[in-house]
Order: sequence, then C-alpha cells, then structure tokens
Amino acid sequence: MAYEVNGNIVEHDEEGYIINLSDWSKELAEVIAKSEEIEMTDEHWAVVNFLRDYYEEYQIAPAVRVLIKAIKKELGPEVGNNKYMYELFPYGPAKQACKIAGLPKPTGCV
Amino acid sequence: MVEANSDSPDKIKDPLEIPKLICGAMADIRPYPAHPQHNTDLGFPPELIDNWKEVAIAKIGELAEKNRAFKLYLDICVKCGACTDKCHYFLGTGDPKNMPVARQDLLRSVYRRYYTFAGKYFPWLVGARDLTKEILEEWYSYYHQCSQCRRCSVFCPYGIDTAEISMAAREILDSIGMGQKYCNEIIAKAEKLGNNLGLSPKALKATLEDLEEELEDDTGHKIRLPLDEKGADILLITPSADFFAEPHIDGLLGYAKVFYKAGISWTMSSYASEAANFGMFIGSYENMRALALRIRKAAIDLGVKRIIFGECGHAWRVAYSFLNTLAGPFDFLDQNYPIPQHIVEFTYDLIQKGKIKFDKSKNDEYRVTFHDSCNVARGSNMGTIPGGQFEYPRAVLKACCNHYYDMDRDTIMESTLCCGGGGGLLTDELMDLRTKGASPRMSALQQASEDYGVTHMAAICAICKTQFSKIMPKFGYGMDKILSVHQLVSNAIILDDEPSEKNNGQNKQTTKGTKQNGAKLANKDDKEAS
Repeated sequence: MAYEVNGNIVEHDEEGYIINLSDWSKELAEVIAKSEEIEMTDEHWAVVNFLRDYYEEYQIAPAVRVLIKAIKKELGPEVGNNKYMYELFPYGPAKQACKIAGLPKPTGCV
Repeated sequence: MVEANSDSPDKIKDPLEIPKLICGAMADIRPYPAHPQHNTDLGFPPELIDNWKEVAIAKIGELAEKNRAFKLYLDICVKCGACTDKCHYFLGTGDPKNMPVARQDLLRSVYRRYYTFAGKYFPWLVGARDLTKEILEEWYSYYHQCSQCRRCSVFCPYGIDTAEISMAAREILDSIGMGQKYCNEIIAKAEKLGNNLGLSPKALKATLEDLEEELEDDTGHKIRLPLDEKGADILLITPSADFFAEPHIDGLLGYAKVFYKAGISWTMSSYASEAANFGMFIGSYENMRALALRIRKAAIDLGVKRIIFGECGHAWRVAYSFLNTLAGPFDFLDQNYPIPQHIVEFTYDLIQKGKIKFDKSKNDEYRVTFHDSCNVARGSNMGTIPGGQFEYPRAVLKACCNHYYDMDRDTIMESTLCCGGGGGLLTDELMDLRTKGASPRMSALQQASEDYGVTHMAAICAICKTQFSKIMPKFGYGMDKILSVHQLVSNAIILDDEPSEKNNGQNKQTTKGTKQNGAKLANKDDKEAS
C-alpha cells in the first residue's frame, strides 16, 4: 500500500492516509487527490493549506465549522459554506481533505 | 431493501418486512484488523498468537465462569425463533447469520463442544463444533455485524442479550490478537489523550473559544463554554464529536445556552473530554474502567458537585448502568441530584420549572421525529419514572417544536431500530453494512415523511448523528436532516430576559417528573402531534 511520487514510494494505510506525515509534498497531494478522483483547484488548495497550518499549530484537524469559517474569511461565503465544501470534497471536508493534506484521519464518532 | 444503494434506494413500505434469505451475503464483510500497536496499547497480543486455540477455548471457559449472564445465555436458548427477524442487519441484508440466534450460535456451538457433556461426547447431536481458524474468521466477520443494540433481547422470551455475547466474542478475539482497528485505536487514544478524537487541551480550548465567539455573534449574549474551571457546580461530560462534527456542535451550543439560562456554573474537562466509552464495545472491563476513572478524577480535581452527560448513547448506558461500580463511590458529589444526570433530564426539569422558555416558531421549518438511540432506549433510563428515557426527550422536543410526530410504534422506544452504525461499526470500510442496517430505520422515517410530512429526525447520540448524516443521502434525505435534540432547544430558547439567579439551592433538579408533567409539556394545541 503506497503512493508513487516521482519514483519515490510513500506508504499509506488501508484507507489511503500516509503513514509518515513528513512524507507529504505538494506533488504527493496531487497524487492522493487523483486517486480520490479529485482535480485540485485553488479552492481545494486553500482548504488543504488551512488544514496543514491548523495541524501544525494544534496537532489535529479543525472542526468542520472552524474550517468553513476560515475559508469564508479567505475566499468569501460562496466558497466558505458547508455545501460547497462537500462539492469540493464529496467524502467530507474533514476526512477526505485530511487525507490529501497528509494528515491522520479524524477518529471517533465523527 | 436488501439492495439499498446510493443510486436507487428501494423504498419499502414496511420497515420490518422479512427479507428473502441470502446465505453468506455478508460473509466477506469485516472491519480492518487493528495494527499491532493498537492491540498492545490495550494489553492484547499484537497479532494472532500461535496457541490461539487453547487460549480462546480457555477464555470462553473463563468468561462463562465469571459472567453468569453469558453462561446462561449460551445454555438457555430453546431455538424458538422469536428473535430471527428482529435484527436490523438481518432485515437489511437477508443474511441468515445476522439472525440473532444464528449469531449467538457461532459462539454457542464452540462453547458446547468444550464445556457441555453432550457437546463433549456427542457433538453431532447438539450442533457442537471444534474451534477452527475458519470459525475465528466467521466470528470476526459476524460479531462485527452486531451493533450491540439489544433489540433482539426485547423479543426473546428468555431475555437473551446478543450484545453480551458479541461483546464476549470480541473479548475472546482481542485475547488472541484479533482486535479491530476502529475500536482499539480509539480506546488507546482516549486513554492517552482523554478523548476519541485526539484533541489536545490546547486544541480543545481554541475550538471552544471559537464557538464562544460564534455564540456571542449570533445571540448578543456572552454565553460561555468553560473548560477546566475549578469550583464549577457541574462537570459536563460530552462526546468529543460535539467539539468537531455536524450536527453535534449545534447540540453543544444548545447545552451552553441551557446552562446560561439556568444561571448555573459549569465546566468541561480537558482530561476527561470524552463521554463515549468504547471499552464496552469490545467487552473489556479493564479498558472501560480506565476510561471511567478519568471522569472520576476530573470531577475530584475540578471540585464539582454534579456530573451531567451530553448527548451520547452508549456513554449514557455506561454512565447510568455502570459508572458507580466502575469508578464509584461518588460520595463527594452532591447527593441531592442524580449521579450522573443526563442533559435531557436537566433541560426537562428546567422546562418543568418554567426556568427556560421557548419561541417554538423558531423551529417551524422543521417537522420533527425522534430516533430513540438503542443504548439509551434499552440500556438505561432517565429520571425516576419508568420509560423516562422515552418520555423526556419527546417532552423536550414538543416543548420547543410545534411539529412533532412519532414514527411507527414498532420501530421506536423499546423497539427502536438501531441507526446501523453503533457498537464500534461506525467505520468507513463497513459502509455497505451500515447502509443496509440503516434501511429499516430509514423506511420508518420515509413512512413518517409520507404520513405526516416529517422532514427532520432528532437524536441524542453522537454515533447516530454521524451515521445518519452519512446514510440519509442514500435514502433521499439531505445530510443536514439529522439534528441534535439540543440544537432544536438552541434554536428556540428565549435568551433575552435576565438570566436567573445563580443556583441558590432552590432549583434542584430532583427529577420529579411524572407522566402528567410530560403530557403537559406536549403542545396541546397541535392536534397532529402524537
């Protein structure tokens, strides 16, 4: 179970989350997104970048609501809303976007 | 129903219709195995041990000796068949091994072989089986297709509880190194960090501050979400999903508004920032206890007088039924209040006393029904009246909504259908099982939508809420059609008069609710309300 980026092998778990978070790169994000059938746009990147910044600060992904608020501030209410987030990441802005951002999957009753 | 999928949800008229049998339909469905580290974190072998057979057989004997209910359930079944069509996973999949009696027999047949006279000498006469690797695999598959919801036990004339058997089976599997990833990873995380999500105190604090800001922006009131505040009267223990997911967060905001209006000081704890206790799902007393002890420690350290649990189904079962034996005695808490108390019971009492009032029209866009969460419905109670766990949430909903309707009586209260994601099955690789298992509940909801125009369903369990937000779109409902009960409370609660005085001992929550009181709360003018 691994992604291949420029000839390098990056291991992931059963669900596609990378094992070593330090393996992440923008190229890898594109590869993961592709395997999720997502074409990365600037809006996708805004979400991924916010998640990574937040993770660096707090070692966890933010609540969806916190994410949406931040994106709303950055890109306006047309992008920063729940519905649009699910259009960007059909399997959920938390789980799917975390996977692309190279972060661990949120666990629990979520 | 059997083929429910995202493209063509088969609409069924009767949620309890017995499906055609499809042998082995779900034989290949199984959750991811735990990583070695997840197992060892909990004191289990990292992977399948060499002498698994001896250890598993010995473990069955140990459990049968220690747990009288388990032994009785294995011994007493007369194969009457009353349970066969009562499991939502059977109704949804048609796989006969998802009939409760068949699920029990996977373990019962092995128990018989090694621990009964007939099974030892005439195994072929009594359906006794030698333990094999195939049987282990079968256990792993089908004991992770039981959400431990206990619906079957309501209909069993002997009260055999398949949940107990499936918990024991998972305990046996854990003891030989066949743990399940979803549960074991989460338990290890909660024992280390205090919650299932893995929120650090810093992250939790930041989230709560953000939400406080939102509350002030929305209401103009300084409504707090206090964390680690020593000397508060109440410690709120709520599922960590309430800090993260939708619609859970709206429920949390609802609790905050209720505490604010009640004028009672409260706090959450970063040390015990989780209500859910996954130790129960894997039948592990030790792990269940380790998690429960965190709550005790937090209550002592913060010097609170009361403990209240937020909207979390099996957390309430563990709290209501076992907290005292797991982590008691709670003699340091104020004995005038229930220990512990459910947030719904708390809100209900405030409504009774006229301390919180609602503008019900704020919820007029919702035509609401209530999904009784299995572990609250069949594993606990609320307040002091029999059936309080059914009555109180409905009374609260009727107090804050003009349009409330129940689903079919055979699918609610003690007969409630599980959401399909309980008992440690709320994991993505089981989505097919979760969808099929939810189909009876979804059919009952569709019926209510047809009959009464019901648009939304409210629940008091984090698992139910997450499960439905994922599953409802497969049945023609938006993901936002599942609501927290306290979200509806939050929408309609009237904040704009002076907050009542600080608790002076006169507004004790003594849960003297009666049936009449509950009925009084129902909106008498709304003839449609059931």
